[in-house]
Amino acid sequence: MHEIYPLASGFLVWVAFGVFIGGTVLRLVLLALKARRKDPVIYQYFSFYYAARSIIHWIFPFASKGMRDHPVFTIIAFVFHICLILTPIFVAAHVILIMESWQTGWWYLPNAAADIMTIIVVLCLLFFLARRILQKDVRYLSTAGDYVLLLLVAAPFITGFWTYHQWYGFETAGLLHMLSGELMLICLPFTRLFHMALFPFTRGYSGSEFGAVKGARDW
Amino acid sequence: MNTKNNTETGADQKQIHDVAIEEGARRLTREKIHSVLSELIRTEGGARLSAYSNACVHCGMCSEACHHYLSNDRDPKLSPAGKVKQTIAVIMARKGKVGPDFMKKACEIAFTECNLCRRCMMYCPFGIDVAYLMLFIRRACHKLGVVPQYIQDTAHSHSATMNQMWVRDDEWIDTLQWQEEEARDEIPNIRIPIEKEGADIFYSVIGPEPKFRAQLIYQMAVIMHASGADWTMSATPGWDNSDMCMYTGDMEMTARLKKVHFEAATRLKTKRIVMGECGHAFRSVYDVGNRLLGWKMPPLPMVHAIEFYYEILQQGHIEIENKFEQPVTFHDPCNIVRGRGLHETARYVVDKTCKTFIELEPNREHNFCCGAGGGVINCGPPFKNKRVKSNRIKAEQLASAKSKGAEVVIAPCHNCHGGLEDIINHYELGMEIKFLADILYECMKKE
Ligand code: HEM
Ligand code: SF4
Ligand code: SF4
Ligand code: SF4
Repeated sequence: MHEIYPLASGFLVWVAFGVFIGGTVLRLVLLALKARRKDPVIYQYFSFYYAARSIIHWIFPFASKGMRDHPVFTIIAFVFHICLILTPIFVAAHVILIMESWQTGWWYLPNAAADIMTIIVVLCLLFFLARRILQKDVRYLSTAGDYVLLLLVAAPFITGFWTYHQWYGFETAGLLHMLSGELMLICLPFTRLFHMALFPFTRGYSGSEFGAVKGARDW
Repeated sequence: MNTKNNTETGADQKQIHDVAIEEGARRLTREKIHSVLSELIRTEGGARLSAYSNACVHCGMCSEACHHYLSNDRDPKLSPAGKVKQTIAVIMARKGKVGPDFMKKACEIAFTECNLCRRCMMYCPFGIDVAYLMLFIRRACHKLGVVPQYIQDTAHSHSATMNQMWVRDDEWIDTLQWQEEEARDEIPNIRIPIEKEGADIFYSVIGPEPKFRAQLIYQMAVIMHASGADWTMSATPGWDNSDMCMYTGDMEMTARLKKVHFEAATRLKTKRIVMGECGHAFRSVYDVGNRLLGWKMPPLPMVHAIEFYYEILQQGHIEIENKFEQPVTFHDPCNIVRGRGLHETARYVVDKTCKTFIELEPNREHNFCCGAGGGVINCGPPFKNKRVKSNRIKAEQLASAKSKGAEVVIAPCHNCHGGLEDIINHYELGMEIKFLADILYECMKKE
């Protein structure tokens, strides 16, 4: 089984990043072309000022009324996303791997901090899971894919934690960590996770319509 | 406040009998639906449709934005994303392979469970425009001939007469002359100028004004007269600025209607359009019709009546003799507040004309829709009970303002009037509803 170790730590990493970046760019370009053909209003009314105004009100916690109405959810969602994005970029093990390969790297997190952030991510995912099951409207909206997605995102964090702490079977966990991380990157452009890439555009368009055309606020 | 029957929620009475929906669906086959829907998605389903379908993370942040959801004991099916899940999401997932019964249900959801008020768009982290998606369903319903009877009749009136209420051309002119005569009893030299070329203002109203609320034309004549405005109305089609076709999904008709309206204003060589107190008509002229006709912005300057009142008050063209006595509250109509940001302009007018003003909570962009808009009230009697029950939250909002002393609700929109009136009656709130023109007319110095 461990023969695929080099594959998972080499070739597949390239594939994963290739699909993640290529897929994201390709989908955004296709969307932009489709908008040209069928939704010219988007270009006509797009205003960078009003797009930014709206985006800013939605990437700072509590800047919108919807967020103020749901303080617990807002805090958890923000903490989750921050830890989710920063941990893999700044965890020591990743930075060191990059240093070893390319003789370049960047600042990395103290191990304890990375540990805590990983636990936060997993706890937040459990919160999202509980919310999906317990809150009536969210349960109704949820699809099987939403639950799979939670697992997909949790997997690299759980296995990474396991590997770092060298618990029983950590070699297998390490392999699973790489594979699940790669799978998540590959899935990013093709699942709901794509919300990350779409956010600035949908929000920006909404902000432009509200601000530039309708003279109103949308937060 | 009376909350009778509030256990029997609107959403549970699914599939209200509407003869046009039934008949329309009976004529459909799965093949026909499939070919129409796939063609529609191919030709009109653009980047917004796919971005909105892909961005939604099913988080439910939009649920509490919607008065249908809040008023029906938080029925998840009425959450904005819940309505998307039952309609467009299914159509996309099955690539248009759905049956007539599905279309009946989708029709009822899109036409009667969403007012296209866009409140949810302000609560969704991604700014997903559920109103746009519901309009997409309505467009599909229009193409398939499954549209509620009453609103379809209105759309027919639009296409046959270019006005909403089957008003004949001579009836229209008669009404204006009749109102002029009435007004002359009060102000002997007043005119309602018809076909005056080169006037500053082209004043247009919605079809129901001459039909049911002719006194509004009278009042506006008095306001125009007192402010010394140079104005005119059109004798030919184009006098009606309303548009239910925009809400049935008949965008071709919407384009025709708005073209006739703009052309009437330009034929008379007027400098700008002033529109009566209506929300949806404003949306159709300011935001929808111009786009369909290929104008980025309306081809000539246009304002809502509120902006006109603001102007004449601010420039001192009219004088307020006695401020309105009863405490008032103000309902922000979606189409001119979320749709045009006129909330502060309106408050200026209220402030200048009324003694005591009590805010509704929430207000401005965050106000709840009246439940009538988006053509929902135009779907007529079959859906009336459901509509009123689906806006219990509005009744609570009004009752709370009443408990702070508000006696009169000002709503500068015709649809809002209809919707609020039904709510006030059903929940026995005992409040009066007025247009801003009613207040201005009552309080201003007339000569
Ligand atoms: C800056 C852009 C982003 C915004 C505005 C954003 C917004 C959101 C929102 C509003 C939720 C809803 C929470 C819920 O109820 O599930 C969410 C969930 C989530 N986001 Fe993001 N997100 C962004 C970027 C990302 C990125 C980069 C990822 C990484 C892969 C990500 C992964 C997730 C996951 C896994 C969930 C939980 C989904 C679930 O509950 O099923 N997000 N995001
Ligand atoms: S547009 Fe208004 S009525 Fe329609 S789903 Fe959104 S909040 Fe509800
Ligand atoms: S708030 Fe937006 S992303 Fe969340 S469920 Fe509603 S529509 Fe989807
Ligand atoms: S009728 Fe008035 S409140 Fe209701 S949707 Fe229209 S503008 Fe909004």
